[in-house]
Amino acid sequence: MGSFMLRRIIYVIPALIAVSLISFLVIAIPPGDFVTRTAELRAAQGDIMPIAEQEAMRRAYGLDLPIMVQYWNWISGVVLRGDFGYSFSFNLPVKDVIWPRLGLTVVLSVASLLFIWVVAIPIGIYSAVRRYSAGDYVATFLGFLGLAIPNFLLALAVMYVAFAWFGMNVGGLFSPEYLEAPWSWDRVLDLLNHLWLPMIVLGTAGTASVIRVIRANLMDELHKPYVTAARAKGKGEFGLLMKYPVRHALNPFVSGQNDIFVEIVSGGTIVAIVMGLQTTGPLLLDSLRTQDMYMAASFILMLSVLVVVGTLLSDLLLAWLDPRIRYQQG
Amino acid sequence: MDNLVEIRGLRITFAGAVDVVTGLDLDIPAGKTLCLVGESGCGKSVTAKAILQVIDHPGRVSGGAINLRQANGDVLDIAATRPTSPVMRHVRGADIAMIHQEPMSFLSPLYTIGNQISEALTLHRKVSEKEARAEGIKMLEQVGMPDPERRYDSYTFQLSGGQRQRAMIAMALINQPRLLIADEPTTALDVTTQANILDLLAQLQRDSGMAVLFITHDLGVVAEIADEVAVMYLGKIVERGPVKEVLENPRHPYTRGLLASMPRLDGDFKAPLKAIPGMVPPPALRPTGCSFHPRCEWAVAGFCNTISVLETELGNDHMVACHAYGPQAGRIDRSAARATAAVAAIEKREESAEPLLSVRDLHKHFPIRAGFFQRQTGAVRAVNDISLDIYPGETLGLVGESGCGKSTLGQTIVGLHRADSGAIRFADGSHEPVDLLTARGATAKRLRTDIRMIFQDPTGSLNPRMRVRDIIGEVLQVNSRYSAGEIEARVQVLLSRVGLSPDYAERYPHAFSGGQRQRIAIARALASDPRLVIADEAVSALDVSVQTQIINMMKSLQAEMGLTYLFVSHDLGVIANISDRVAVMYAGRIVEIGSTEAIFRNPRHPYTEALLAAIPGRGVGKSTDRIRLGGHVPDPSRQVAGCAFADRCQYAQPACRAVMPPLDGTPDHRFACIRADELRLRTVTGKPEMVDA
Amino acid sequence: MSTFDETTGQVAPVAPIHQRGRGYDGHWALVWQKFLRHRLGVAGGIVVILAYIVALVPEFLAPVTLEAYNPSYSYAPPQAIQWGRDDGEGWRFLPHVNAYKTEIDYNSGRRLFVADPDAVIPIGLFVQGERYNLLGFIPTDLHLFGPVEVGQPFFVAGADRLGRDILSRTIYGTRISMTIGLIGVALSLLFGILIGGISGLFGGVVDNLIQRFIEFIQSVPAIPLWIGLAAAIPQSVPPLQVYFLITIILSVLGWTSLARVVRGRFLAMRSEDFVKAARLDGCGPVRIIFRHMLPSFLSHIIATVSLAIPGMILAETALSYLGIGLRTPIVSWGVLLQEAQNVRTIASAPWLLLPGGAVVIAVLALNFLGDGLRDAADPYSD
Repeated sequence: MGSFMLRRIIYVIPALIAVSLISFLVIAIPPGDFVTRTAELRAAQGDIMPIAEQEAMRRAYGLDLPIMVQYWNWISGVVLRGDFGYSFSFNLPVKDVIWPRLGLTVVLSVASLLFIWVVAIPIGIYSAVRRYSAGDYVATFLGFLGLAIPNFLLALAVMYVAFAWFGMNVGGLFSPEYLEAPWSWDRVLDLLNHLWLPMIVLGTAGTASVIRVIRANLMDELHKPYVTAARAKGKGEFGLLMKYPVRHALNPFVSGQNDIFVEIVSGGTIVAIVMGLQTTGPLLLDSLRTQDMYMAASFILMLSVLVVVGTLLSDLLLAWLDPRIRYQQG
Repeated sequence: MDNLVEIRGLRITFAGAVDVVTGLDLDIPAGKTLCLVGESGCGKSVTAKAILQVIDHPGRVSGGAINLRQANGDVLDIAATRPTSPVMRHVRGADIAMIHQEPMSFLSPLYTIGNQISEALTLHRKVSEKEARAEGIKMLEQVGMPDPERRYDSYTFQLSGGQRQRAMIAMALINQPRLLIADEPTTALDVTTQANILDLLAQLQRDSGMAVLFITHDLGVVAEIADEVAVMYLGKIVERGPVKEVLENPRHPYTRGLLASMPRLDGDFKAPLKAIPGMVPPPALRPTGCSFHPRCEWAVAGFCNTISVLETELGNDHMVACHAYGPQAGRIDRSAARATAAVAAIEKREESAEPLLSVRDLHKHFPIRAGFFQRQTGAVRAVNDISLDIYPGETLGLVGESGCGKSTLGQTIVGLHRADSGAIRFADGSHEPVDLLTARGATAKRLRTDIRMIFQDPTGSLNPRMRVRDIIGEVLQVNSRYSAGEIEARVQVLLSRVGLSPDYAERYPHAFSGGQRQRIAIARALASDPRLVIADEAVSALDVSVQTQIINMMKSLQAEMGLTYLFVSHDLGVIANISDRVAVMYAGRIVEIGSTEAIFRNPRHPYTEALLAAIPGRGVGKSTDRIRLGGHVPDPSRQVAGCAFADRCQYAQPACRAVMPPLDGTPDHRFACIRADELRLRTVTGKPEMVDA
Repeated sequence: MSTFDETTGQVAPVAPIHQRGRGYDGHWALVWQKFLRHRLGVAGGIVVILAYIVALVPEFLAPVTLEAYNPSYSYAPPQAIQWGRDDGEGWRFLPHVNAYKTEIDYNSGRRLFVADPDAVIPIGLFVQGERYNLLGFIPTDLHLFGPVEVGQPFFVAGADRLGRDILSRTIYGTRISMTIGLIGVALSLLFGILIGGISGLFGGVVDNLIQRFIEFIQSVPAIPLWIGLAAAIPQSVPPLQVYFLITIILSVLGWTSLARVVRGRFLAMRSEDFVKAARLDGCGPVRIIFRHMLPSFLSHIIATVSLAIPGMILAETALSYLGIGLRTPIVSWGVLLQEAQNVRTIASAPWLLLPGGAVVIAVLALNFLGDGLRDAADPYSD
């Protein structure tokens, strides 16, 4: 077990290096940079930016250096000093902008994941055990619907319903008075008050797919020989269901959670933009539009790190759950 | 007689329509072992599950009674008890316990075996965790699990097949049930392990006095373990009685057929076997009247196929359900037997004949790779320095426990694996001898058509996307310049040769039963008029009666077409029946090779002796000084200095572990044991015998 | 049924051919039969076919062309279609809609459209309207339905800010939205089969490297990366190129799951006995792959593909909605949804969400179809 964990953790390092490289290159390689974008914007306002000024600006920001040098400067800063570079458009160090946003992203993602588990696991088990019952059909249909409605459309629909029917202007993660306030108990409550709606919106697609996964896996397990064997020992039906089929179906479920988490983090970007949440999404889009390079790269990097860490956790959880992995690869 | 369970008129229905078991009557006597025998599809397992009310959806008990005499003398009708009721839960595990064929799938891999054993205990008795553990370990010790303390915390995938079965037996017996249902518990095991498990079950039964309902298709196992036998056909008992009565004086034509199709190891091994024609039909197509009549050699038209049979008591507790013993027995001629098609006498190979195939110093090692860059960390020595000859027109049987390398040897000869070193010389008389390992181009092409293979699994070896015509004709399409019409005609001939209707050519494999598919596979192997056919466990996946049909067919095809077989099997009975000579393999090496007579009647290697001793039902006294192999085939990736068998051999001496014994003896009978000359080994009938010239 | 059995010298009853089609039906026939029993799958398939027909001839199906706009009908609500009219002499069959008249809502100070029961706009099937080229080369002016008189206001699903017919635009959007999935998946399939095939065929270190690489790609959150890539497309790139760039961006991440399926099948198939038997029959690698292996998992690949298309459609819609995917003048469902940027607009003109409904229906139908195909892909089990 120990060696398995160690090896699994060591595997993370090349993944992180690759992720950081991709995050940076995706931003840096395409033509144009923050300076050209600024010049374009100013030109649109009738203010032509002289070439010399552009060059000076580029030098000031270090954008004239070779890409790999820029990457090295950036990533060494990130790793050694926790310095994510400088945001051109905010005129602030990126780390001052990114951490609060990232914190809220983690909170929202984890909340959505928990929501999915709480809702989908019981429904999935019910669907599998009472196969072809009315409840199963309803769950299956809702599951399909959840998969088919794009996140942002659901967000729009929910906001529309809240606005048109209840006169509520939902959006954001805080009421205006708490937006800039320091953390306090009231601010946490305010956050929770705002959190549930994006959590549900974000969790719907995941809930749908988890119900399907659990139902399918459990149906495979329900008639396995070891279930018959345990029944023949005299075990009660509920205990039997929980100890054997559900427990067995949990393994493929856990290994699938990684993908679900990727989806949540990924889909969270769009939901946040639509619902105006104070998470990474809206800023990421803005920084990409303005080619605010270090900001955008840092956001993509940290979201990917979040996912890599999530993957690591789900793998370790799986190894803890499944002795076959523990003993045969450890 | 004191019966523990009395089943009356049991009816089991699937999907609300098909009756799998139709009005079954069966008594399970207390304190005895009752064997339930029949081919697959007869409803044996589902009957066993009905006793515990654990039949899987969509099956259910739809009628009849299962009366269990409980410990306090009350009688409980299980059939009338709800499957999920507390009463039923209490019966399961405590009164009646069950063991199954595949312990790997009947035990969960996610919990330790200790967890699953003690669970059985705590479900029925209030014990602390510590006591449960102590009891579990004690039970493991009783079932002969080596190192029970440590094994208690093992997972199934860390155990060998035999150990898993022991764990399952421990789980079943920990509550000291009064009835143990054993559903083919040894079918998936090697013959040596099977013998050990049968011994264990017999001993546990004697010690505890429990009743055992033992389900099997193997009459050898029946002879070994049963007190009483019930023969089942299509959901009904057709004959039952004390084991001696039924096996020595069988009455029902089905029982007689099963016995006749079993290869015999006393007397003439090669006596042709008599197969029961056809196969067990699916329950939905149950024949009218006596359901056995379409396969029965006594059947009288207008009688057997219209009037259902009644049970007839013959005395001596012997019951049979056949019209031939009923009130109108006079209408049936019991001497009417189908003429056994004379299997053409196989021409004895001429003594001077050059071998068709000579294998010399053949090695095949499979590298074990690990890590990201797949570095080789070891090797499985599957075929380790093998030399043997196969003569034209003969059948060489290749036998050994699973993992001994016998299949790899066959596959290497046919070219599925590339040998590491050695030579395989093929001399068919009409061409220059060639080495299979270096042949290229046109020679390789010719060899592909001359040496063919039949696989074990008739389902997996036929491409489900292709018509029978294309499956059989493929080798001709690829290798020869036949026209489409010629191939077509040839396929028709081949189909009728293997006993199938030529108009099956247009169909797809999914339309056929297992036995029929194996016939198609044989037709494919024969399509190119081969000289040598390698049959890799070709009949192992088939039911007894179908197995015998295929063996008989292969024998007559051999005679007609002048074929040479290398017949790989783990089943010594089949090997004895079909082979002219036998090679015994152990851990990648041949330990003994000689004529069938010599191997079975005068074994010279202790491993051969142990294999023969493990064959169930050889009529040997049940407990007297039998040879049983402990342990299992050594890890093939470990290099051993001396004799690989030494660790399991009862005659082993320090010298055995020092040097690799050479394959010595006469040209007709070689063996690799340094003590061969001093040992007097027992033969297949259990008596020491020396008939070697 | 019986046959002569040489081995026993008897006429032995042959196992009745109890499977469907009595054994004469080949793989695809069995797949088809099994698919037909999956009713949701069949329904999904029909909807998908209809959607692609719409994508083929939107000009004919839409009442007006993309160019039509009329600012005076900005945010006009949907008109109700009425089948007949009572003109004083009794009820008469006359399919029509009512024209609008405007009122000012004095509370909000906004202009409101209400139906004018007296202004009748007769509508019909196969009416003449604006000219267009059917399938790009048949000039005609026939439209499936619309106002009998060209140019009269006809907004059964309402109008957008510029007074354009939402229904017509949604119908046109089908073309881009449904094909971007197809092309994206085709690209993914190409990568997937190539890389998965290499991985499965060679095994060993190559396989290991490719598998780690795929795992890595799958662990990158797709949408931020898509956004990053899509945002990198300069504004100056012409729309058609944007379309292709977007499909490439979508398939950059989309090929991995297909590659895994292909590899898994290749590996499983390599050890199948019938493939070994084909090798012994003397089939070369090409014949083995194309005659024995590929047909065996083609149906699985088709099912996987049909399940991959909806993801592409959803991704395109999301990107376009954010304004970094497709842009006008290209019309896709996502582009149309850009109109619905904030809650207030939606609250006053909820019909702007109609293209979203099209997305949901298309994705549902494709999912049902894919599920049905996946179940039918292996007709030998059950």
